[in-house]
Amino acid sequence: MNLADHLPALQVIVPLMTAPLVILLRNGFLAWLGALLASLASFGLAILLTVAVLGAGVPEYAMGGWQPPFGISLNVDGLSALMLLLVTGASTLGLAGGRLSLRRDIDNRRAPMFYGAWLIALAGLCGIAVAGDAFNVFVFMEISSLATYILIAAGRDRRALSAVFKYLIIGTIGATFYLIGVGFIYMMTGTLNFADMALRLGDVIETRPIIIAAGFITIGLALKAAVFPLHIWLPRAYTYAPNAVTVFIAACSTKVAIYVLLRFNYGVFHGNLLAHSDLFTVFIIPLALSGILLASAIAIYQGNIKKMLAFSSVAQIGYIALAAGLATHAGLMAAQLHMFNHALAKGTLFLCVLAFVLTTGSASFSNLAGIGRRMPWTMAAFVIAGLSLVGVPGTAGFVSKWYLIVAVMGMPGWGVPLVMAIILSSLLAVVYLWRFVELAYYGQPPDGDVSRMEVPLPLRTLIWSAALANIYFGLVPQLPLALAESGTTTLLGGLLP
Amino acid sequence: MNPSTLPLILLLPLVGAIAIALAGRWPNVRETISLLTAVTLAVLVFSWFPEVSEGLRPRFVLSEPLPGLSLAFSLEPLGMMFACIASFLWIINTIYSIGYMRGNNEKNQTRFYICFALAIAAAMGIALADNLFTLFLFYELLTLSTYPLVAHKGDAKTIASARVYLGVLLGTSIGLLLPAIIWTWVATGTTTFTLGGIVEGHIAGAAVGLLLGLFVFGIGKAAVMPVHRWLPAAMVAPTPVSALLHAVAVVKAGVFSITKIIIYIFGVDFLFNEPSAQWLQFAAAFTIITASIIALYQTNLKRMLAYSTIGQLSYVIMATVILKPMAEVGAAIHIAAHAFGKITLFFAAGAIYTAAHKTELWQLAGIGRRMPITMAAFTIGALSMIGVPPTAGFVSKWFILGGAFQAENYFAIFTIIASTVLNAMYFLPIIYFAWLAPPAPGVDMNHGEAPKAILLALAVTSTLTIVFFFFNQPLLDLESQLVESLPL
Repeated sequence: MNLADHLPALQVIVPLMTAPLVILLRNGFLAWLGALLASLASFGLAILLTVAVLGAGVPEYAMGGWQPPFGISLNVDGLSALMLLLVTGASTLGLAGGRLSLRRDIDNRRAPMFYGAWLIALAGLCGIAVAGDAFNVFVFMEISSLATYILIAAGRDRRALSAVFKYLIIGTIGATFYLIGVGFIYMMTGTLNFADMALRLGDVIETRPIIIAAGFITIGLALKAAVFPLHIWLPRAYTYAPNAVTVFIAACSTKVAIYVLLRFNYGVFHGNLLAHSDLFTVFIIPLALSGILLASAIAIYQGNIKKMLAFSSVAQIGYIALAAGLATHAGLMAAQLHMFNHALAKGTLFLCVLAFVLTTGSASFSNLAGIGRRMPWTMAAFVIAGLSLVGVPGTAGFVSKWYLIVAVMGMPGWGVPLVMAIILSSLLAVVYLWRFVELAYYGQPPDGDVSRMEVPLPLRTLIWSAALANIYFGLVPQLPLALAESGTTTLLGGLLP
Repeated sequence: MNPSTLPLILLLPLVGAIAIALAGRWPNVRETISLLTAVTLAVLVFSWFPEVSEGLRPRFVLSEPLPGLSLAFSLEPLGMMFACIASFLWIINTIYSIGYMRGNNEKNQTRFYICFALAIAAAMGIALADNLFTLFLFYELLTLSTYPLVAHKGDAKTIASARVYLGVLLGTSIGLLLPAIIWTWVATGTTTFTLGGIVEGHIAGAAVGLLLGLFVFGIGKAAVMPVHRWLPAAMVAPTPVSALLHAVAVVKAGVFSITKIIIYIFGVDFLFNEPSAQWLQFAAAFTIITASIIALYQTNLKRMLAYSTIGQLSYVIMATVILKPMAEVGAAIHIAAHAFGKITLFFAAGAIYTAAHKTELWQLAGIGRRMPITMAAFTIGALSMIGVPPTAGFVSKWFILGGAFQAENYFAIFTIIASTVLNAMYFLPIIYFAWLAPPAPGVDMNHGEAPKAILLALAVTSTLTIVFFFFNQPLLDLESQLVESLPL
């Protein structure tokens, strides 16, 4: 075996092994540099894996040569590659863009620990995406969650502590539910490997423990994914986390939970439980719809830009959940595309917010009035990413929204009301974004000072690269499309049209 | 010419916008670049004219983000005409803007010129769109790029108006136009503009009327009542914006899109035989009459012109839905004819504001003696609105009425005549008072004409309004191609 065959394992090992080294560095800047390099390396690995998936495919990787179903196996398909790109990309964006912001938020003394936690979170999230069995998913989920709690609580804002406590409780409940479900399945089938589980479930089909397991797993993951109304931990956690951390977790952490949800519900249950798809649809779509509409409406009334974007995230998760709940080929395509595109848009938006806070010191609307005239470059990037969030054609957001609407139109009977809900919520998104845009361009700055104060050029370049990526993937969406297509095929295994 | 150079038409104003941004510190350089871009663009657009009038249809696909949805450009008679008008009037408007913005010491002039160039790029995109997706993309871009122009002044009242502007235009386009496009795509599998329409055989019965409704009210820029509110609101913008964008580029983009959709998506013949689509002529007639009546009661010059525009836009829609060859040609010609007349009127309004700071109608009594050139141009523009020969307005009205007689559509004939009377009722008194009445008491009359740049622009557009009456054959020939497949 050469090194290229070990890519799936390296994806986890690189950040995991760098983490203790970073902690030993004892210097804020060096620790940051080490973390950035590790994150960049992971991003590179993710790109290599993506190329491999789109080419010949990546063979199942058996840890230590122990063959599945007994050994630990790592699996990388289109959906995993998509997640890996998101996770490593968001981490790199957060670290690269967050140097100045983190230097202010984190004590130099504690910085190495912080960056170590960052890398552990990254390793955990990557691990979820590559793990081929349900238990290792749980292990990685706990690793990433615990590290994320540290990241969120690390800022100077003391309100982060109560926010993170809420997140900790709810996150633990979610993980426990998931573990209970996995336990039931293990009890009935004697296996934890996803592929093996899908095969053996056929023998114990429609037994009560399996149905209960499906319920526990779905609800546990919905909690983690912040599907409305299980989102209550999210807005405060996003708002009070250090800005660079928000860039990281907002772009990928909830999506990883949805990833596991898709794996279980389609990869494992869908082919075995006859009524499962219908139950899943009936459970998730009303929640998704209320999330799309209510969270968008709540976002309109926020006075803090981070909180507004956090509620917008809840609404966007609603889109993903809605698409996933349709249980059709088109729906799954839309769900995966929207994960990618929303991460792109939200990552850019939070990066802009990071820049705003870096110069003005606060994320409240009153403080950011007139910021568009003071930071024209950053604000223009914010507008581009905002348009992508709304789904204006020519931006990435349009591609996934188009797929979502086409998928919804394919639903007999309730296609039209669903389309109307999606469009209504897009209009709500225009309203909440424009409230800020108008304030930023035409509001009076609190101290009346309208002099220029842009962030340094490297950060501005990064922000603009991210903003332009929103346009690039709106005009040339072939990469996410190919990954989503490949992911959908493995998830459904040719089961659905 | 090589079709792959079509995107240059869009690229040019974009490059111009960047150059303007870079030259922002030096007003003279900035405005020279603005003017140069406008001239080059017009030359580029007009160089396509001979080819298109010979019947060629250059087409170029830039990219295809999603299967069946491509970013593609093509030139056909309607788009050719729209591109010609918008790019040519941009030159004149730039000259006018220089006079106006300097004369009034406006702030943020660089932003003004950048957004103007972006808006023109978007208008070119609409003119060249080969399918509904491309059209929608540039339609939204036009809304967004004109928002800063409307909100230019930046005070609370302006922002509130700009919010109405953006809210109505974005709201209708996302809420109605986008579903209409998706519906079309799902039903027919394509969104490409095809002569003869694509809907036939896929959608039938009442659904056709509904789809037409989604399109007509989704394209809020056409200002069919009740989605007209944004147009009077947009009058808070500086006058050059009202003149080029809210008398030509933006509103014409609206009626242009509707005309294009009726001809190339529904198909004229198909729609003529579809009873469920007949409601549109009543909606258009309602808009024409109601807008004219509201215009009668306006006391502010620009607001009156805005309501006059709303009425005139629905002429185009009315003419299109008469669905007879002559009327289709009339609709196309009216886009051009109204453009010349209305931009003249707005230029005159801006000249009066710059020279005398007058905005209300009662202040205009006797102003003809102080500003003879301006008021002469205003008179020509007003006569064109009424449709009096020898002005451009007569030509298009002739064709529209001719089409209405072809269709034996007496409802349309009656509406047009009634509206002509109403137009005369609100324009003629202004002309009379401006020339012959003594100034109103307490109005300062110590002013002369506006700056020369403004007068030059006025003179050109008013002359064109008259020239168009005598010299319109190339345009007629071009637009006749729209309907050559139909029996006359």
